[in-house]
Amino acid sequence: MSILINKSTRVVCQGITGSAGEFHSKNCLEYGTQLVAGVTPGKGGQEVLGVPVYDTVVEAVEKQGVDASMIFVPPPFTADAILEAVDAGIRTVVAITEGVPVRDMVRVYNTVQGRDVRLIGPNCPGVITADECKIGIMPGYIHKKGSVGVMSRSGTLTYEAVWQLSEVGLGQSTCVGLGGDPIVGTSFIDLLKLYQEDDQTEAIMMIGEIGGTAEEEAARFVKEHVTKPVAAFIAGRTAPKGKRMGHAGAIISGGKGTAAEKIAALEDAGIEVAQSPADMGAAIQRALAKSA
Amino acid sequence: MKIHEFQAKELLRKAQVAVPEGMVARTPAEAAAAFKELGGSLAVVKAQIHAGGRGKGTIKSNPSQRGVQLVKSADEAAAVAGNLLGHELVTVQTGPEGRTVKQVFVEAGCEIARELYLGIVIDRACGLPVLMASSEGGMNIEDVAANTPELIFKEAFDPDAGLQAYQVRKLCYRLGITGKSVRSADAFMRTLCKLFVELDCSLAEINPLVVTADGEIVALDAKMSFDDNAMFRHPQLRELRDLDEEDPAEVRAGEAGLSYVQLEGNIGCLVNGAGLAMSTMDLIKLHGGEPANFLDVGGSAQVEQVTEAFRILLGDKNVKAVLVNIFGGIMRCTTIASAIVEAYKQVGFNVPLVVRLEGTEVEEGRKILSESDVDIIPALDLTDAANKVVAAASA
Repeated sequence: MSILINKSTRVVCQGITGSAGEFHSKNCLEYGTQLVAGVTPGKGGQEVLGVPVYDTVVEAVEKQGVDASMIFVPPPFTADAILEAVDAGIRTVVAITEGVPVRDMVRVYNTVQGRDVRLIGPNCPGVITADECKIGIMPGYIHKKGSVGVMSRSGTLTYEAVWQLSEVGLGQSTCVGLGGDPIVGTSFIDLLKLYQEDDQTEAIMMIGEIGGTAEEEAARFVKEHVTKPVAAFIAGRTAPKGKRMGHAGAIISGGKGTAAEKIAALEDAGIEVAQSPADMGAAIQRALAKSA
Repeated sequence: MKIHEFQAKELLRKAQVAVPEGMVARTPAEAAAAFKELGGSLAVVKAQIHAGGRGKGTIKSNPSQRGVQLVKSADEAAAVAGNLLGHELVTVQTGPEGRTVKQVFVEAGCEIARELYLGIVIDRACGLPVLMASSEGGMNIEDVAANTPELIFKEAFDPDAGLQAYQVRKLCYRLGITGKSVRSADAFMRTLCKLFVELDCSLAEINPLVVTADGEIVALDAKMSFDDNAMFRHPQLRELRDLDEEDPAEVRAGEAGLSYVQLEGNIGCLVNGAGLAMSTMDLIKLHGGEPANFLDVGGSAQVEQVTEAFRILLGDKNVKAVLVNIFGGIMRCTTIASAIVEAYKQVGFNVPLVVRLEGTEVEEGRKILSESDVDIIPALDLTDAANKVVAAASA
């Protein structure tokens, strides 16, 4: 198996009639994704790419039996689109849109907590299970079916990691872009739980970046609960300290979030850390060799 | 988006949050007039720049002058304003080059009984806004947070319901605010939290928050910044933007939808995606080079925007070589390739250009480049690209 999505997943695209929505829906269909419906309020009854368009997600669910949503609606309407998908009973919601106001995500995040739904994003490349289902904007051809689970806070850096893995002959189970915004639906820990339980996944690649404490928390979780080999890379170890205003950001993070602190936490948890972004594929090989 | 202290205080005043009386001055004469208009026997003259640490910060050409000073007469107000206006103020948050002071805020003094700290941010960990308070207000609050985190009290609140009255009572108990000051704190804190939500703030910070000799709670300083993604909801806030406080190249990039930060090195970088852009800088440094900038062209840039990115990069006189590192997703390699050709026609390249393309429409993109007459150094992968660009920059 894989995590989150597979070849039987039936997908709706919210915002399919927009240019980005249509372009990437086409790519997903070509990849083999079962994209069975589109939703754009006011445009129900049309067809895009041979896919029926509905006014509401609930109608798409009732008529087409949808399990997952891919959201491309503009930022001012993204929160509403996510909540609509959740309300319609969709359990995997992938929000690609970049530029969603944080306040909107505060409302969405707290609505989704405790419900049986997995929200990925926003501001993310999406989710792909190689050779089965692609929900998002990643280039499909770089992915090879295999046993490495990839999770990342970055978009294009994830493609780089996947490309390196495929180059060294390591395929992937499911790759997930968590999204780069301050508040996103899914954390590294949420995915570590899924990868640990997943039969197909034999090793895990984690790609983080400076800021926040998500990597430190993931490292603690790995130490206590993950038995599969894990490799990681942290982007931004040479980034200059930004010009900033005020102290509150530093206080809330408790002085954590630098690359050095993250790498120390990861190494302490036995995670193989790639020293260079060109070293990500090799780092997974080392992690696998260590556990063999 | 950041705003000045005097602008933040105006927003607070409109929302009925207690702030001292004050006036902006752009000349020493205006500062003297402001002192008289305020009518008190003392006032504070404060440099207005988009950075903190002004109280400890000093004027670059005159290190005895600090960024915030108490004055006791109109003449003294004018003299201090003269020392500040038009000069560079260097603080822990400005970097060594400092910021030119273009305006000062002349504010009525008040009798301070206690100085506290108050700040609101969105806490990623719990997905809620959090009000933070400390009795250790003033200039060393980050040291307090690092060394004695137990002295920082945090209350997360629901943005729709707002900060609750019991949360204020709890904070007052922790901070030792008693008697009639509790009522003043309640109005202050709950209104500030409401404003934070309503205005889509990313930061609201009052440091120091003071308890006056009369027991009133007043904001002696105020810092506010806003979520750029929410500015479509607040056209009135856009007018508060001060382009003088921003780097001209960064403003120009922003207008083209690009994310650009100028740095000290000599290798220009053009990358798609913030994570890959940061990693590209890491990689250049690992291979002994120094990046001249961070430039993320984003996912949806068109040929014209990417051409503008080249203009900005090549406009930096320090740049000795450029590395283009693109992994196409939303961004198509053909867009980048066409932009390279376009920029070559419009701007011309006077430095070596190392190009590494991978991802969506990569074959077509490489074809566009090889069929053009642009002289590029193609790279196979990240390491190859880094080696080639570092060699080109030091040649």
